[in-house]
Amino acid sequence: MTESSKTAKAAMISRRSMLKGAAALAGAAAGAGALGGFPTVWAQNPITLRQFGTGVSNLNAIAEKCKADLGITLEMTATDSDAAAQRAVTQPDSYDIADIEYWILKKVYPTGVIQPMDVTKLKYYDKIVPLFKTGKLTPDSVIAQGTAPHTVGYVDAPDSKEFAKAETGFFTMVPTIYNADTLGIRPDLVGREITTWADIMDPAFKGKTSILNIPSIGIMDAAMIMEAMGNIKYADKGNMTKAEIDATIDFLIKAKQDGQFRAFWKSFDESVNLMASGEVVIQSMWSPAVAAVRSKGIACKYQPLKEGYRSWGGGLGLAAHLSGAQLDAAYEYINWYTSGWVGGYLNRQGYYSAAMDTAKEYMSEDEWGFWIEGKAAVGDILSPDGAVMEKAGAVRDGGSFLERMGHVACWNSVMDEDRYMVTRWNEFIAA
Amino acid sequence: MAVADQSIAVPTSKPKTRKTPLSFGRLASYLQSIPLCLILGFFLLLPILLLVFVSFWDYDFARMYPGFVFTNYVETLGSWVTWKTYLNTLKFAAIVWALTLFIGFWVAYFLAFHVRSATMQMVLFLVCTVPFLTSNIIRMISWIPVLGRNGLVNSTLVEMGVISQPIEWLLYSDFAVVLAMVHLFTLFMVTPIFNTLMRIDRSLIEAARDAGASAWQIMWNVILPLAKPGMAIGTIFVVTLVMADFSTVQVMSGGQSASVALMMKNQMSLLQYPAAAANAVVLLVLVLLLVGGILRIVDIRKEL
Repeated sequence: MTESSKTAKAAMISRRSMLKGAAALAGAAAGAGALGGFPTVWAQNPITLRQFGTGVSNLNAIAEKCKADLGITLEMTATDSDAAAQRAVTQPDSYDIADIEYWILKKVYPTGVIQPMDVTKLKYYDKIVPLFKTGKLTPDSVIAQGTAPHTVGYVDAPDSKEFAKAETGFFTMVPTIYNADTLGIRPDLVGREITTWADIMDPAFKGKTSILNIPSIGIMDAAMIMEAMGNIKYADKGNMTKAEIDATIDFLIKAKQDGQFRAFWKSFDESVNLMASGEVVIQSMWSPAVAAVRSKGIACKYQPLKEGYRSWGGGLGLAAHLSGAQLDAAYEYINWYTSGWVGGYLNRQGYYSAAMDTAKEYMSEDEWGFWIEGKAAVGDILSPDGAVMEKAGAVRDGGSFLERMGHVACWNSVMDEDRYMVTRWNEFIAA
Repeated sequence: MAVADQSIAVPTSKPKTRKTPLSFGRLASYLQSIPLCLILGFFLLLPILLLVFVSFWDYDFARMYPGFVFTNYVETLGSWVTWKTYLNTLKFAAIVWALTLFIGFWVAYFLAFHVRSATMQMVLFLVCTVPFLTSNIIRMISWIPVLGRNGLVNSTLVEMGVISQPIEWLLYSDFAVVLAMVHLFTLFMVTPIFNTLMRIDRSLIEAARDAGASAWQIMWNVILPLAKPGMAIGTIFVVTLVMADFSTVQVMSGGQSASVALMMKNQMSLLQYPAAAANAVVLLVLVLLLVGGILRIVDIRKEL
């Protein structure tokens, strides 16, 4: 429901701004002029880009700012990830920009609905963090398992359907937003140090744990737990063999029947309520959910674990049908997206921007220190819409950008044995 | 629901057609049945036919491929998950049916025979429907703060010293699912039973009493048999509602329990529409059999 209302709002805003007509356009042109660097051509010749995607970065604030800076009207539609994959393939003419996660891209790109980008047209290509180019955040990082973005980031030629092994001049998607996920805990109720994914299976927490019931992500959390317990060593957690899937699901079924889990959550608000009400003291969680529990005045920690994080990332891809002025506008939009304002906005929400250097210019020193460098906040940390997120003196769970994104164990992924995994997952839920 | 609607719609439409003047002959009655036929055809028959068609199609993650394959049925019927889920759903249906029938009958009995004035009857009946002014979901979710580990019930009992540890099975359990369903669906039993009880000729009861029947005998031999059509209609409502439910099971069991509709919803969210369609056809056949069975036992038309 929240998704459709979001869509409606985005549409409403674009309609409203259309109605304001010439005045708004003139204002937009003036705004763009003041910012400098962006041509005002779109203000005189209005262009609409239709963007659809998984919702995390489909923010109204971005559409409004884009209208103001570029004069481009963004029409945003949010869906869940499975519907996004389907729409990307089956209705390629219904969107201009696909805002999807990398594992969806792995499914979608080979069908030919996304056109790769010429990196020479990307103004801030050099600023994009190396994680998306080589898979390594720093030269000595270890490449994580799963669908790591760089493995689906490049193709050899504009019409190639196969992903390239290394960096080329053709970029499939510009990364925009990503983060590292881990377990959330109630520090006041767990009563001990939590250091590993295996702690969720501690008999002391029997009936007080939860994992998420979204098969493609839940299986990864389960894999992190299995490996941490020393039950199994996966060749690639993001692409399990049938035997590995069987072992993982059998383990989950046993844990479920022993009463280890209190519930399985499917939506964001369910995970918030489970944690806030104390039904659960340790569970898989997403970072905005942790923030939501804290905003109720309840202690909640996004606990870093020694095995590392499960990470996800999304980006913007160009629809294959784009050409001419529309294609130019799409490049313009993507260059604007990576030029810093959006990056700063996402960073201040607790996500990460792909072009960190440009985002830094749009954040205060204190904000940069807290969100990116892992320093204690000097003043109160505000969310982009002005609410207090953290009090002065707080330190981000997990620390700095390098510490968090440098310890990614596995990326969200799509497996070759996807269908088998989903069937077995349903057995786990029914068992 | 659709099934129940249809079976009720049939008896009400028939008497109408008989009243038409004979001069128009049979044509008039056909004309008069057109609106209903169109509505049922477009909104019931056509979707069901589509469902049956699609259930034979093939699919991958993004597309459906028209065809005539049996894999969806083989996968659905060949998996122990399906059987277990159907059994689980039938179990919920049976328990909820028994409880709503018992509670529903006595509420209706009280309204019909113990409340004297007609105004009071209507007022009390409307009171019964007050919870329906809010949405299904809200009525269900409001149980969570009541039943939770730190919820109303547990904290009260712990404070009173009745229990030392919170009772875990109050929430996220089969108990919670049944409780919420009984709460949600009892009115569907009360209404039709109340309706039939109101139609019982009071002189029948007086006659039974004059003939020396005890209160128990009146209940067993007069009221219960005459209330059967209402019970049957209520049963159809409750059974179809429980069989098709997914949100109550999902929310109240905390995702730990499965129902047939939930299984379908999972398949749909993974875009496996043909598999979900095959499942829907199987469920439809099962529910139709159940409704057919109920109608065999009780002739709703004759006794209304």
